[in-house]
Amino acid sequence: MARRVTVTQKLGFTALAWGVGMLLFFPILWTVLTSFKTEAEAVASPPSFLFFDWTLENYTEVQHRSNYVRHFLNSVVISLGSTVIGLIIAVPAAWAMAFQPAKRTKDLLMWMLSTKMMPPVGVLVPIYLIFRDLELLDTRLGLTVVLTLIDLPIIVWMLYTYFKEIPGEILEAARMDGAGLWAEIVHVLTPMAVPGIASTLLLNVILAWNEAFWTLNLTAAKAAPLTAFIASYSSPEGLFYAKLSAASTMAIAPILILGWFSQKQLVRGLTFGAVK
Amino acid sequence: MGSIVLRQVEKVFGDVTVIPPIDLEIADGEFAVFVGPSGCGKSTLLRLIAGLEDATAGTISIDGRDATDLAPAKRGLSMVFQSYALYPHMSVRSNIAFPLKMAGLAQADIDAKVKAAAETLNLGDYLDRKPKQLSGGQRQRVAIGRAIVREPSAFLFDEPLSNLDAALRVQMRLEISQLHQKLKTTMVYVTHDQVEAMTMADKIVVLNKGRIEQVGSPLELYRRPANRFVAGFIGSPKMNFVGGAIAAAHGAATIGIRPENLAVSRDAGDWLGTIVVAEHLGSDTFLHIATDAAGTLTIRVSGEVPVHHGDRVFVTPDASALHRFDDKGIAIR
Repeated sequence: MARRVTVTQKLGFTALAWGVGMLLFFPILWTVLTSFKTEAEAVASPPSFLFFDWTLENYTEVQHRSNYVRHFLNSVVISLGSTVIGLIIAVPAAWAMAFQPAKRTKDLLMWMLSTKMMPPVGVLVPIYLIFRDLELLDTRLGLTVVLTLIDLPIIVWMLYTYFKEIPGEILEAARMDGAGLWAEIVHVLTPMAVPGIASTLLLNVILAWNEAFWTLNLTAAKAAPLTAFIASYSSPEGLFYAKLSAASTMAIAPILILGWFSQKQLVRGLTFGAVK
Repeated sequence: MGSIVLRQVEKVFGDVTVIPPIDLEIADGEFAVFVGPSGCGKSTLLRLIAGLEDATAGTISIDGRDATDLAPAKRGLSMVFQSYALYPHMSVRSNIAFPLKMAGLAQADIDAKVKAAAETLNLGDYLDRKPKQLSGGQRQRVAIGRAIVREPSAFLFDEPLSNLDAALRVQMRLEISQLHQKLKTTMVYVTHDQVEAMTMADKIVVLNKGRIEQVGSPLELYRRPANRFVAGFIGSPKMNFVGGAIAAAHGAATIGIRPENLAVSRDAGDWLGTIVVAEHLGSDTFLHIATDAAGTLTIRVSGEVPVHHGDRVFVTPDASALHRFDDKGIAIR
């Protein structure tokens, strides 16, 4: 029997959903609003919500003080690069684990995930020293490598789950139909796994874009992405909330827009297999 | 040409021997059915022939050519899977065309062959649909279309009808039999359903725990089962087995009597018993009778019989139709 939902319940759930949504979105909204205030208004108490002198001076000031475009390009290169390299490594790995499992495949997967349980700071010193000796500090290459390695377990896990949903018989049918390994992956596996691969790509671009621990610790100026750009405005010497907000808004805007346009794909990918 | 010959083929998974070394010959054009209970190794045997599993030992020849180490695609075989295994992202047309595309045929040839296959299988109206828009029977036809289009030397069917409902199963069974008569291509068919085996096969291979129990035509297996396992597996309802003094009187450890070889009478006969259940099917009546001497027996009587639960009746076996088995279950001829 279908569950009956009364009008009151519907209204209640809608209000609750909006409430939760606003709760999650409010900090972002506040940051965006603050970025249009003057420094004085930004720290005013009580704060004004919409009725203040809207100004763009923070944006011009931030542009003037630091090179946004360079940070942006660094972020793009590092997040896209680490995700694409990660996928190139993870697709064959996940294929092998999903379709040719060995006795210890489950253990291997758990072991890979367990590397995410260690706090990153635990390996900061050795990685810093290795990077120093290999002259990878403050380079895009170095950061791309680190972020690839950091996110690889998640990429493999996600792809593994998606691949697991594809019945092995379909791949066997392709083999019987004369498809070699390459044709099997190109014509059968990949088209069937596109939603999964796409959402893995999106999620990992977002994760890599927002990654702050390694990007802050292993860069100085040349390879610094937008996370470092934001951090440079959270100065301990003075409170520049408005400029910090402007920098943050500029840093999250690209990924927010990407996420907005791909939300359908993201949700579909994340619930892939849950709803048949 | 499509003969398949297995010589001392063995399959071992880890410590478990799924198929002990076996020999088997399937002649060109033959409809061979592998039948047995679940877990008997029949699907594994088919997958060994297909090349989807590697044989641990032995040789597999197809068309007189050693195919033991050939990749599945190189064996010239087509397979229809239990789940149909259609490519969900492709239309019916692309599904059927896929093996031809992989074989590198020209587009015009592909179109002509797909059209011909679609006509054979009445799929003409569905060519542009996706598999999920089709019913179970139509999906099965697409899977068969994909198999016939490349004109293989043999077809392999892995329980192709078990996902269909009973009525459709009977219809598809007929269609596959007709297809075999039309194409005259070797077919190897795996099923756990002995009715499918009996109705479709030229040759039945009865498997149990990986071993071949008996190979023969349906009626050979029915009339002269080599052992108790085959006797019990082939035929519906199942053969009755009686041991003890009654069997000893016939010089056997067990005797087997088919349900149709037992006569029922109200007045006189060998064994007196009580009807436990009477199943009236119209054309036949199945009686389950608990006899005092021979245990519970299943009896098949042609037509309608006016007996009911609780009636006391006599049961008499047809002495000329008894099957005798020794203490190891082997038939005594």
